[in-house]
Amino acid sequence: MSSIVSLPDQTTARIPKKNYISNENGILSWLLTGDHKRIAILYLISITFFFFIGGALAGLIRLELLTPQSDLMAADTYNKVFSMHGIIMIFLFLVPSVPATLGNFLIPIMIGAKDLAFPKINLLSWYLYLVGGSMTLWAMISGGVDTGWTFTVPLSTHYLNTNVVTTGLAIFVAGFASIFTGLNFIVTIHRMRAPGMTWFKLPLFVWSNYAASILMVLGTPVLAITLVLVVLERTIGIGVFDPSKGGDPILFQHLFWFYSHPAVYIMILPGMGVISEIISTFSRKRVFGYSAVAFSSVAIAVFGFFVWEHHMFIMGVSNYSTLIFSLLTMLVAVPSAIKIFNWAFTLYKGSITFETPMLYAFGFMGLFTIGGLTGVYLGSSGTDIHLTETYFIVAHFHFVMVGGMLMAFLAGIHFWWPKMTGRMYPEKISQLAAVVTFIGFNFTFFPQFLLGMLGMPRRYAAYPPEFQVLNVFSTAGATILGVGYLLPMIYLVWSLKYGKIAGANPWQATGLEWQIQSPPLTENFIEIPVVTQEAYDYEWLDRQKEREVTQVG
Amino acid sequence: MDSPTVAVHEGAHHEHPSYQRHHFVTMDQQRESASFGMWLFLLTEIMFFGGMFTAYLIYRNWYYPAFVAGSHTLSIVLGTTNTAVLITSSFTMAMGVWCAETRKRSGLILSIILTLVLGLVFLGIKSVEYHEKWVQHHVPGLRFDAMTFVHPKAEPGQPVEPGLPLDMAQHTEIYFSLYFAMTGMHALHMIIGMGLLIFMLIKAVQGAYDDGNIAFIENFGLYWHFVDIVWIFLFPLLYLISRHQ
Amino acid sequence: MSEMEAKHGEEHHIVSPKIYVMIATALLICTALTVAASYLELGPWNAVVALGIAVFKATLVVLFFMHIKYSSRLMKLTVGAGLFTFLALVGMSMSDYISRAWGSF
Repeated sequence: MSSIVSLPDQTTARIPKKNYISNENGILSWLLTGDHKRIAILYLISITFFFFIGGALAGLIRLELLTPQSDLMAADTYNKVFSMHGIIMIFLFLVPSVPATLGNFLIPIMIGAKDLAFPKINLLSWYLYLVGGSMTLWAMISGGVDTGWTFTVPLSTHYLNTNVVTTGLAIFVAGFASIFTGLNFIVTIHRMRAPGMTWFKLPLFVWSNYAASILMVLGTPVLAITLVLVVLERTIGIGVFDPSKGGDPILFQHLFWFYSHPAVYIMILPGMGVISEIISTFSRKRVFGYSAVAFSSVAIAVFGFFVWEHHMFIMGVSNYSTLIFSLLTMLVAVPSAIKIFNWAFTLYKGSITFETPMLYAFGFMGLFTIGGLTGVYLGSSGTDIHLTETYFIVAHFHFVMVGGMLMAFLAGIHFWWPKMTGRMYPEKISQLAAVVTFIGFNFTFFPQFLLGMLGMPRRYAAYPPEFQVLNVFSTAGATILGVGYLLPMIYLVWSLKYGKIAGANPWQATGLEWQIQSPPLTENFIEIPVVTQEAYDYEWLDRQKEREVTQVG
Repeated sequence: MDSPTVAVHEGAHHEHPSYQRHHFVTMDQQRESASFGMWLFLLTEIMFFGGMFTAYLIYRNWYYPAFVAGSHTLSIVLGTTNTAVLITSSFTMAMGVWCAETRKRSGLILSIILTLVLGLVFLGIKSVEYHEKWVQHHVPGLRFDAMTFVHPKAEPGQPVEPGLPLDMAQHTEIYFSLYFAMTGMHALHMIIGMGLLIFMLIKAVQGAYDDGNIAFIENFGLYWHFVDIVWIFLFPLLYLISRHQ
Repeated sequence: MSEMEAKHGEEHHIVSPKIYVMIATALLICTALTVAASYLELGPWNAVVALGIAVFKATLVVLFFMHIKYSSRLMKLTVGAGLFTFLALVGMSMSDYISRAWGSF
């Protein structure tokens, strides 16, 4: 099989002595750093930690569902387990996953800047994330919370005796971490671009992170105030959402989903940016319809604020409003489809190679398409009534979030691993991991579509015995999936010491980040670059290489 | 033309002020980034208060009589005074920014002190109002009694307000929930702002802003004016509902 | 003064105290007006007048105290984006609340 990987001669190659990792030593130089690359690494370590906690909880859920009875754990324990799984995975893994790690690391380099606009706020964001994460863990250890990740009132305010307040405040704090990341990105992308780096020369990864940042900045505060009101209602008993005082619990749903639907796009958009970069690099072609893909990111962000009520069709909202929101929901399919089609056209007649990031990217395209199309079922107000609150919806959002976003995250981690660490991951075993993940994923979640169609409700520890076969499939798949996630954890750590030296540009990619050494210098560029080439201009890259050869020769 | 990625940065020979951060190329870029960042933060603040304004709008339409009755228990004199106080403090803050821009240290110190004092006056009046609510059993959750709206007591020198039916009277608790949530969040922002004002006062006295490094003052000014804007909306929405009834 | 600084002086407009005094006065007058208007019997127009005056006051603060009148297009757009999203929140929520009582179809 052909490959585009071009590594330097391993006998003579060395990791550059001076880089952002070796620049300063000692734990304090990391904890007090303003360097966006170091903060990205800090974020990467912490989100991986939370991912494994969330993953372990997912394992417990699947184990419990192996049998129809609630036998592994009591029903209320099960409630706490799935609530914590959702809260950790959404707020502490998916939302910060790509932006806070890859975005933090790459956006300044991609636009030709020395750092994000506000390095201290960037560090503050990580600390807020840690505080939020620790509070969540504390809430989990000291008794857990069983509201589901949605904090539904009046359940959360009146009927449960678990750690709603701690968890709510934890998410409040973690929300500000996300706001500060988004704010930093928007300012950086607007104000810090290198000379010549116009908006339409930006890599699509930057565009999609920009769109996601808009959602973070404008959506998250609504969640913040909603959680504050829930906490106030629980502690001192003010009555904004309390039906016994005349409050409207559905108002809570409106405010909650005003954030939490755009949050879905906060999670998926940066992933789409990763896929654009990878598809282009491994088919050696400019992304087809660059500006359409760029604008579709912004369109998803804007439409994202107009569709939230599709989470509430069965909650007693007005039928007329349901109609409007159902129609608007269909609009989101348009920019999503634009992306998928344009990636497909990028592949068309490209020189495709199948390195690990590309395998993950293919996984993303397939799984996200299924996830997206089943979203159309759920956005249609008629079918939604049958399918919502069943395993169909669980399968749908796992296809989008795990099949889509997690695949994109792993694709991106593999793709930029040589840039972040200076070393390659082992190719064969990582290809295996990508395939195992894909198979395990489908085994886990495809049966859940069927379960949902048959009417198995979500969020119960027990289920009728006739659903057992599919649930056993799902649990078996989850173990395969677990292996698929453990493998990268092991071999990526291994590669830190034993991986091949990657050199500056192992993929022959065009982005500015590949034109500097790996790992980069603390200040990224020795001299601020002046950009004249378009994004994904592979001919420009060839000319560059030719010139280097002639100059050296 | 054929040196695409790397070229010498032309601005390198310019003199940079000492407070320019290393990752900005020019001072303009740094200043614009800071103020743009502040504006984006204010957008989050708009949405933060936006959730409560949405709740207010819905419940005001549902429980209009309760909102009227609740609104009438607030003191129009104190409310109007507070509005004037806050607008004046916004003015003194704007003057502070102007003094900083034109490098008038004593003017800046005076403006900050005035802003601080006016902020204190605002919070003082606010706490008087809160205390009054506590005495009248109008604090939702903690100390609330809807019966005062079913059988209102005559205020000295004022005609007796007509009582509300019991169920509507109970909904005044929603009004007061929003009243406390909104004015409380607003007051919290004021308190944070006054902490920053004290910090700025110390720095100003030390002469930290004499060299033109005033981005902090300018951006704090934006914050303070935003807090003023929130109050500009809270005042008519909470205090002035159908005063003629 | 270098060329660069001259350019920035132009971009970074310093608003004169005279304008600040005028705006503050206008704001105080509007406060008096809105209190007075609330004592008039205007029916549904009471709320409209109150909100209208508040919006006018807020606009004055944004334009002059917060210097948006003298700022770049990006800043104006930023303020607009905030307003737009806020209106989306209110407007789309209201689409539910106003039509709940219309009955089913």
